[in-house]
Amino acid sequence: MSVQPTVLKVLNVLSVVLVLSAFIIVVFFTPIEKVMGLVQKVFYFHVSTAWIGMLGFVAAAVVAIIYLKTKEMKWDIIGLAAVEISLVFFLITLVLGSIWARPIWNTWWTWDPRLSSAAFLELFYGAYLLLRGGMDDPERRARFGAIYTLVGVVAVPLTFFSIRALRTIHPVVFGSGDSGTSMGMTSPMLFTMFFSIIAFSVVFVTLFWHRIRLGQLASTIEQRKLQADLSN
Amino acid sequence: MDGRRKTEDRKGNSPSTVYGLRSNYLNAIRAIAWKDLAAELRSRELLTSMLVFSTLIIMIFYFALDLDAKARDNIAAGVLWVTFAFAGTIGLNRAMAIEKDRGCLDGLLLAPVDRSAIYFGKMISSLVFMLIVELITLPIYSIFYNINLFNIGFIGVILLGSIGYTAVGTLLSTMTVQARTRDMLLPILLFPVIVPVLVASVKASSGFLQDYPMSEILPWLNILVAYDAIFLALSFVFFDFVVEE
Repeated sequence: MSVQPTVLKVLNVLSVVLVLSAFIIVVFFTPIEKVMGLVQKVFYFHVSTAWIGMLGFVAAAVVAIIYLKTKEMKWDIIGLAAVEISLVFFLITLVLGSIWARPIWNTWWTWDPRLSSAAFLELFYGAYLLLRGGMDDPERRARFGAIYTLVGVVAVPLTFFSIRALRTIHPVVFGSGDSGTSMGMTSPMLFTMFFSIIAFSVVFVTLFWHRIRLGQLASTIEQRKLQADLSN
Repeated sequence: MDGRRKTEDRKGNSPSTVYGLRSNYLNAIRAIAWKDLAAELRSRELLTSMLVFSTLIIMIFYFALDLDAKARDNIAAGVLWVTFAFAGTIGLNRAMAIEKDRGCLDGLLLAPVDRSAIYFGKMISSLVFMLIVELITLPIYSIFYNINLFNIGFIGVILLGSIGYTAVGTLLSTMTVQARTRDMLLPILLFPVIVPVLVASVKASSGFLQDYPMSEILPWLNILVAYDAIFLALSFVFFDFVVEE
């Protein structure tokens, strides 16, 4: 396997610098929210990691369709990378959300549509990884993985809507929310939020790239093992 | 194998045989569903185990939840749907395992019909098994919990919910039987994507059982119908990808 391309090396450094600066901006330069206090600062990373989770989810869906059309293994590797990144970042989102919810909602967890859908999505990703783990033939593993991804991509929004029919207490960040549920952010807060989102987007690209390279290595090893088994 | 299928398709596309092809398609679905039902009528292995299992779950729920009379009315729909969902996985696993065991699935795939006919055939037989189990479970539940479950709307919800459940379940079980961890894998794959059906079915069922106004039940019925339609269409498209090789 070749060494990391220069662009990737630049991205490595850029990711670290951006996330560190986002952290510093959040901690030292963003005003403290009047009602919620310090704990509101968790929100900037909460939104950013959720955004990465969403990016991974959408990428996995698109890549699954491309794989079923083209049947090229590289798309399977990319799909797996997207799912794993989405899994990790949604998990971080859930944990950060819980930390925020404990003082604000007075509970770690509530069965709100967003929380429940994210939790079910995590389980769906887990099932996806188990499905892949149960398959020996790489081609079949890729095909079934892509199909199951698309089943989940359709099911998760339906889960969201079916749970939303019960009431929601999750704050609405964008768009028209009632004054009770909207966040009411000042412009420095908005700046911090967008800065964190951009910082995490760079992290997403970097991780995605690394994970794809790792996937390529793994598939090379798998092929070499198969060849070794055949020649023995 | 593929070549043979293609010639059939080409023949089918000529206008004179369009009608013949359609009835051929329906006949294939019926033949596959009937084969499963006939085999089950003779062995009765699957229905017996599903029924015993669902009765056991109902009894366990009674003692686990320690219910008073009022609570019994409120949780009827929930207990029943959990029971159906668990018993359903036995049926789905079994329905595909019998095809896989002695290479029957390969034989079916050789048949000169569109492969989605195999999917619909298997789905219909699984659906019939599930409905039979549900219709026997209902009176048992009524007697054990002393509650009247006979409600035409509720029966309709059971039908809609079971269609959605078996539509996704048949597609996924076709994949899981080919995995190393097959029986274990199906419920894990199925439950995260079946949540909308379970939520909507439980809500619509308890709406009917507790005489809610129709305007409160309707949104749940809409979700059920939408889910059924979407996943039948998706499975129709995806089944070709699942069995190709």
